[in-house]
Amino acid sequence: MERRLTGSANNAMIRKRYRREARFKAYTITALFVAFGIIAAFFTDIIGQGHSAFWRTEVQVTLDYNERAERIGRFALAEDMREIVSRGAVRSIPLEIRNNPELAGIQREIWAPAYSRIDQYRKGNEALSPELAAQVEQLEREGRIRTTFNWAFFTSGDSKLPELAGIFSAAVGSLMVLAVTLAFAFPIGVMAAIYLEEFAPDNKLTQAIEVNINNLAAVPSIIFGLLGLAVFINTFGVPRSSALVGGLTLGLMTLPIIIISTRAALRSVPDPIRLGGFAMGCSRWQVVRDHVMPLSLPGILTGTIIGLAQAMGETAPLIIVGMIAYIPEAPSSIFESATVLPAQVFTWASEPRKAFVEKTGAGIMVLLAILLTLNATAVLLRRKFERRW
Amino acid sequence: MGIGLTTLLLIAALTPLGFLAYRLGRGKALATVASGVRMHSRPQQYGWYSVVWMGIPALGIAIAAALLSLLGVIAPARELVLIVSIAVGLLGFAYGLKAIRPEVRARNALDNVVRYLLLSAALISIITTVSIVLSILFESMRFFREVSVWEFVTGTVWSPGDTFLEAAGRGDEVGEGTSFFGTVPLFAGTFMVTAIAMATALPIGLLSAIFMSEYATPRQRGIAKPILEILAGIPTVVYGFFAAVTVTPIIVDIASFFGLDASYSNILSPGIVMGIMIIPFISSLSDDVINSIPQSLREGAYALGTTHSETIKQVILPASLPGVISAFLLGVSRALGETMIVVMAAGVRPNLTWNPLEDMTTVTVSIVYSLTGDLAFDSPMTLSAFALGLVLFTVTLLLNLVSTYLVRRFKQKYD
Repeated sequence: MERRLTGSANNAMIRKRYRREARFKAYTITALFVAFGIIAAFFTDIIGQGHSAFWRTEVQVTLDYNERAERIGRFALAEDMREIVSRGAVRSIPLEIRNNPELAGIQREIWAPAYSRIDQYRKGNEALSPELAAQVEQLEREGRIRTTFNWAFFTSGDSKLPELAGIFSAAVGSLMVLAVTLAFAFPIGVMAAIYLEEFAPDNKLTQAIEVNINNLAAVPSIIFGLLGLAVFINTFGVPRSSALVGGLTLGLMTLPIIIISTRAALRSVPDPIRLGGFAMGCSRWQVVRDHVMPLSLPGILTGTIIGLAQAMGETAPLIIVGMIAYIPEAPSSIFESATVLPAQVFTWASEPRKAFVEKTGAGIMVLLAILLTLNATAVLLRRKFERRW
Repeated sequence: MGIGLTTLLLIAALTPLGFLAYRLGRGKALATVASGVRMHSRPQQYGWYSVVWMGIPALGIAIAAALLSLLGVIAPARELVLIVSIAVGLLGFAYGLKAIRPEVRARNALDNVVRYLLLSAALISIITTVSIVLSILFESMRFFREVSVWEFVTGTVWSPGDTFLEAAGRGDEVGEGTSFFGTVPLFAGTFMVTAIAMATALPIGLLSAIFMSEYATPRQRGIAKPILEILAGIPTVVYGFFAAVTVTPIIVDIASFFGLDASYSNILSPGIVMGIMIIPFISSLSDDVINSIPQSLREGAYALGTTHSETIKQVILPASLPGVISAFLLGVSRALGETMIVVMAAGVRPNLTWNPLEDMTTVTVSIVYSLTGDLAFDSPMTLSAFALGLVLFTVTLLLNLVSTYLVRRFKQKYD
């Protein structure tokens, strides 16, 4: 204070400063609660959008394996049901009859998935024409329409018919991509980290590698997509859209994350452990292999899981290497066209049809559940094995 | 013979050989020791020593041949490579076994082999960077052979669409100069979305960091920090969906309430959502920085009679400014390179405007749109993605370098 204040003026000044103090603290708390509020709103919104996709409407119908149904499956349905039952449910009837000729001419009752508009209507998302709405009402009264858990969402691949679309093929693709990423980035990342932390002399080359790794970790992911396109696809001829090219691209992206976290884990092992090993006559590699590595393994695994979780949520580089193809069937090898969970979410999100909005939400819920589990595992692993030396 | 089969055969041949080499090498060493001679290293190290002599030359030849044929220099027949590599393996096997003598320092030799293996893994990161730079540069140069750098930097019209005809082999139907590669509108969009994102993320992130590091009890901090970090673990495609499906309609509604006309692919919504994504980066980096300010600075300020908030505003924040700036720059670099949010929620129409309620497109959106669908690697449209990528890579690299430099200076000052 430049001036010396006395008495009540001084008190007023102090009160003002205390008010300012309270105000500033309130700002910081508000900021934090705004962030929390956003997180809460975000999860509520996603769950609100997606939860209904875990349920689906089924209708009890009589399938009539008549002559016309041998050519076009839809004719197996009574005429008034053709607008109600999913086209996908009866598509395979001609094939069925061809494979089992004894089916011809018989009738049987099944619960078939409803057409997506009926499903959306019952979930309150879409309006129907009055006639159809009345018909649904009628079925409802007869107990011939029901809501069941949508297992098909987990067991079937993508489909152009929203009521049949599922995440299975994308999940298989994600697993394949992650397997390639892990097989590529884990050994190389851990080896590079061991070199830098335990073997490397402090020279220009080592410094260059270090600066380089740190910068690589901050390169935008889409640039890795351009790299994958130019190098893996164009130069090395890896098939476009395959899990192999996706996995390698993400592997390059994950590599610096694994290197950095492995180095931190190695660094946390105190030097006396190493010196003890040397004193017993171990070579450097023996010390690393038998003493440093086992002690830092939880840290290394934690970092790897976090890196993989990041790779699993990545979409942009995979779009660049073509992994947004329409994949109804799960790929059977890493050379085939595949898609991954986030890319599936992206594909569904760009569908104009309303029924796909809930699919997108549900896909996101599955993806977030997997990622949160992975990250929680990493945190628990760290808590359980973290040692203070 | 397919490449998979060749690899399989090679492994099938080398694995038993390696096993045999280990057993024989160790056996020879054990026999020597049993005869009363002292050896330099442990018997199993001699075992590994002979494995190395068998395996490294054989694998080296196989890998060299694979690289040469991949790069298209020469393509030796796979059978030949297989036979030569196994033969070399056998030679190495014989030599390695013969070389085992008491004075051979197998342990030191192994350590060296391991060291070079590890070094080669570390070099992969350098190779990655070099290949990023080379591949992007190479394709960009092809682009700049057809489009002038001047037009690319200063042109205000971006419409690569007409080159689609060219890519489809109907180039002659296109008159000259029908496609424009002026990047100004793209960079304007990227700048706009980054500015909105940082305007969202900086106050929330920084104030949260101040609360967590200055006011919160350890317990509150232990709860708040992981919750904020949830935001960092959410995939960008999810943020994109959130922006497009939830935030955009809200913004349009609010705008129309005030009598404004907002586009359904306005740039404000992806900007805000991107800001939400960046909050944890800003908050956790700033938190670290504020925590590493020495306690003595705070105590000195308190001793002069400042309140807590005055200490923060007049002592702590100025002292941690380099760190906060570095966090800010890292946030900017993330915002510049962010792709999914803008692809899903921003427009595709290049638009030069100051109004955040209009639709704009960004650099990353243009990269994605010019590389999806059928690719023709000689069309300027495809190549333009690499030129944009080059700019993006250079800018983010510079930002990262400056940011690391600032943090290092900061650490030197207070550690």
